[in-house]
Amino acid sequence: MELTLSAAIGIITASGIWLLLRPRTYQVIIGLSLLSYAVNLFIFGMGRLRTGAPPVLETGAAVDPAAYTDPVPQALVLTAIVISFATTALFLVVLLAARGLTGSDHVDGREPHG
Amino acid sequence: MPEAALLTMMIVLPFAGSLFTVMLPARSRNLAGGTAGAIALACHALAWFLYPVVADGRSARMSIDWVPSLGLEFSLRMDGLAWLFALLITGIGFLVVVYARYYMAAEDPVPRFFSYFLAFMGAMLGIVVAGNLILLVVFWELTSIASFLLIGYWHHNQSARDGARMAMTVTAMGGLALFVGVLIIGHIVGSYDLDRVLASGGLIRGHDLYVPALVLVLLGTFTKSAQFPFHFWLPHAMAAPTPVSAYLHSATMVKAGVFLMARLFPVMAGTPEWFTLLGLAGMVSFVLGAYLAMFQHDLKGILAYSTISHLGLITMLLSLGSPLGAVAAIFHMVNHATFKASLFMAAGIIDHETGTRDLRRLSGLFAYMPITGTLAMVASAAMAGVPLLNGFISKEMFFAEAVETHEDALLDTIAPYVAVLGSALAVTYSLRLIHSVFLGAPSESFPRQPHEPPFFMRLPVFLLVLACLIVGIVPGVTIGPYLHIAVLSVLGPATPDYSLAVWHGVTVPLIMSVIALSGGFLLYLVAANRLEHSAGPLLFRHIDGQRIFEQVQVVLSWRLARLAEAWLGTRRLQPQLLLLVSAALVAAFLPLFWHGFAPAPLSFANADPAFVALWAVGGCCAVAAAHQAKFHRVLALALLGGTGLVTCTTFVWLSAPDLAATQLLVEIVTAVLILLGLRWLPKRSELIHELTTPMSRLRRGRDLALAICAGGGMSVLAYAVMTREAPDGIAAFFLEKSYSEGGGRNVVNVILVDFRAFDTFGEITVLGIVALTVFALLRRFRPAPDSISSPEQQLLQRAYDEAHPDRSPGATVVDYLFVPSVIMQWLFPVIIVLAAYLFLRGHDAPGGGFAAGVAMAAGFILQYMAAGTIWVEDRLRVLPVTWMGSGLLLALLVGAAAWLFDRPFLTSHFRYLDIPFVGEVPLATGSLFDLGVFSLVVGGTVLMLIALAHQSVRSLRAARAREQV
Repeated sequence: MELTLSAAIGIITASGIWLLLRPRTYQVIIGLSLLSYAVNLFIFGMGRLRTGAPPVLETGAAVDPAAYTDPVPQALVLTAIVISFATTALFLVVLLAARGLTGSDHVDGREPHG
Repeated sequence: MPEAALLTMMIVLPFAGSLFTVMLPARSRNLAGGTAGAIALACHALAWFLYPVVADGRSARMSIDWVPSLGLEFSLRMDGLAWLFALLITGIGFLVVVYARYYMAAEDPVPRFFSYFLAFMGAMLGIVVAGNLILLVVFWELTSIASFLLIGYWHHNQSARDGARMAMTVTAMGGLALFVGVLIIGHIVGSYDLDRVLASGGLIRGHDLYVPALVLVLLGTFTKSAQFPFHFWLPHAMAAPTPVSAYLHSATMVKAGVFLMARLFPVMAGTPEWFTLLGLAGMVSFVLGAYLAMFQHDLKGILAYSTISHLGLITMLLSLGSPLGAVAAIFHMVNHATFKASLFMAAGIIDHETGTRDLRRLSGLFAYMPITGTLAMVASAAMAGVPLLNGFISKEMFFAEAVETHEDALLDTIAPYVAVLGSALAVTYSLRLIHSVFLGAPSESFPRQPHEPPFFMRLPVFLLVLACLIVGIVPGVTIGPYLHIAVLSVLGPATPDYSLAVWHGVTVPLIMSVIALSGGFLLYLVAANRLEHSAGPLLFRHIDGQRIFEQVQVVLSWRLARLAEAWLGTRRLQPQLLLLVSAALVAAFLPLFWHGFAPAPLSFANADPAFVALWAVGGCCAVAAAHQAKFHRVLALALLGGTGLVTCTTFVWLSAPDLAATQLLVEIVTAVLILLGLRWLPKRSELIHELTTPMSRLRRGRDLALAICAGGGMSVLAYAVMTREAPDGIAAFFLEKSYSEGGGRNVVNVILVDFRAFDTFGEITVLGIVALTVFALLRRFRPAPDSISSPEQQLLQRAYDEAHPDRSPGATVVDYLFVPSVIMQWLFPVIIVLAAYLFLRGHDAPGGGFAAGVAMAAGFILQYMAAGTIWVEDRLRVLPVTWMGSGLLLALLVGAAAWLFDRPFLTSHFRYLDIPFVGEVPLATGSLFDLGVFSLVVGGTVLMLIALAHQSVRSLRAARAREQV
């Protein structure tokens, strides 16, 4: 389980970083989205992996913390998902505006010479 | 404590007055002037009330907690030195207010002037009575700001703006240096409290950091006191109204620097570094200032350079490190303040009454204004150091100290000669001032017919000149006791025996005085004519401080900025990202390399084949998306979604239902968002091959290697952490308290809306800001020319319609995806119910405000997709900004409501309510907060999506408008 997930994080990260270093804005935006998956999964993994133990309490009675998975990384990731949506939107709009202003979708705002 | 109250009032009154006067209407001269005068007088009286305390050799104190966590107190402390300065600041302040009331023209917005003036006076008082060094620096910076406003008061005037900016730049940078210096002193002593600092002289002087601290503090004081090489701002500050110059350059602003040096004299003086730095700066300022003053043609220019010179004299005295030097320095600070203030005021009167300050145009004024003329002559004589005036006595003390040997250094050997030279030059410029303004034949060409000024404009000058005379004739009984209090507070037991007297017999200093006076007189006789017609100072004509300053400014703020922009700006994003990623890689690698790193051995034991297969798909999607993103954007988006769905499934699998729900919904809106944006991107076809050079292949190889390294690193790191035993975190706390204190069973949601609600509040604020930014950016959106025409698909459909006679043009577009769009419209209420469901169960089961908000937004945007922007907006009024505003406000109010019950911000409360037929319903304020989150997420998401969707409509309209034209 851990091995699979960490390999997956690695693959997504590598794909994301590859795209991050590409010259076209669309590639960068896809790369950033991939990176945000990887980072979210990474943070989520910090709470260790458990199946069948969601942090939703059964009853109001005494709670055994060992019976549930760690809710803290989940709370962190939940807001991160929403915020990363917002930054994606911002970046998308910036790239569209830049494309409108400069006429190029190169990240540097102009086509490379030669 | 009456003392504490008096002291507090002294600081509070000027600032309160400043606030009051700034709110007065622009025409109320008398009320504003009256307020300022009353406050200055009241503060002066307060200082006298405190006289008994300081006369006892004690100091008045006041202190309240400021930043207790840093051990900082807002403490005020008035000892003898502070008292003497407070007396000067408020006394001369009052006289300047009286003078300014008559000086300022009726059309100037006078309340603003007095408001700045009072703020400046308060800040200056703050510097002298501050009880700890940090507070002192704060007031120090306040004087910089207030003086900026005062110097630039006539802001329609270019030179006033330049002068103000230069003064601000120079003194504020000095202030920053001073701040760092003070931090170092605080570090050495272990406290910023002035009493403790003053008691730790040996510790500071012996410390390794003494020299850096000294240099930094001196940077602050030299810039403030306009000492060489930072003297150049002061003459340009003369663009200020004359009352401002009279105040800033006599008793206050420039005195702050020498005041601080006197204040720190007991702890920092007496070392070779102190002697050299102060001696050099003081000596150069003293002679250079006097030399340059001789050549000025502007009345205020002479006074400005003379100020630099006199402050240099004070710095020189302090540099000696001897107790007698300190006595003379403090005495000269007082004397200089009195005669320089009166001279500035006299210059202002001359300017006011004749309309010019140019020495070459002024002449024979004595015939028109004999009283002012007499006063100015006496003050000038005091400036030149003529016997029976206060300037003479402190200058005698200065000569005596210059002759004494303090250090075995060249600087000390030449001191007496320098002293005589500087004083002779002072005699020359004083003579020139008097001679060319008041004596000689009355000029015919005054812009205005000169006459004596109003009585109240002359009164302040009269009082100050009277003080010069009295102190000059009987110093011992007049200023003596007060000076002694100040000296005692600085030197303590080291206070030397000194006598303030006019006549000490024929001594070396007296002979030096005679040489200086006669030398200066002779020099004027010889050079008067040449000075009158000189185009600039001999030798220094081409060295213009302002030009150098501007050059530096241009280099720093323009050339360097351009260079930085070229290298760090957005034009080089690709190499920057490369550097960033490489740096991150190195930063992650080095600590692991240094401290050893041993991840657990690979284990395939609990690998679930289904999970592996799932991620095989997910990984392939990610790699394929990376591969396709350049030419096949929609495909890349779909593949990105594939990875997203696998991530989503992983969350479900690994006990995170909340994350899965949110991720799934966010997936949907992200896809919609990017799809909306695709239309505005340029076409890129695989068929048009870009040139692949060996260089570009190399670049790609390098990027690929970097990407693989980074990915591999993340894998190893993630594996190492996840296979380790989890430490005892804070998870148990949240799990145990979630129900008993947060009233919810879904721990993740309780963390978000209760335990860490403040974080969430910050996050939704960010979301709101981002949404507004997107909206603002799109309002001025201009698409690239090649994206303005309708998309290719629509063009094809239109062509098809036109080619078939049985179809009307545009019919295909209207009917396009007809069945799905009907379903989507019908889904609207269903999605609303889903959102409500997600929201309501959020506190106890997976769901919550974030997920529900995104679901609701998806519902809205589905309508836009199904029926088009125009159709939807005819039928549905979506007000995203209202949603956002009310959401943020609701969250804020829920948080603030806790204050009503004396609880900290965002304390939550919950109870169960028994509703008939429905049963027990949990009601927590957390849910209300979550409602705020929900509303903001809906508003923000919808705002972004709609703003983007609108672009098609807008550019369509724009295109049509262009066609019609």
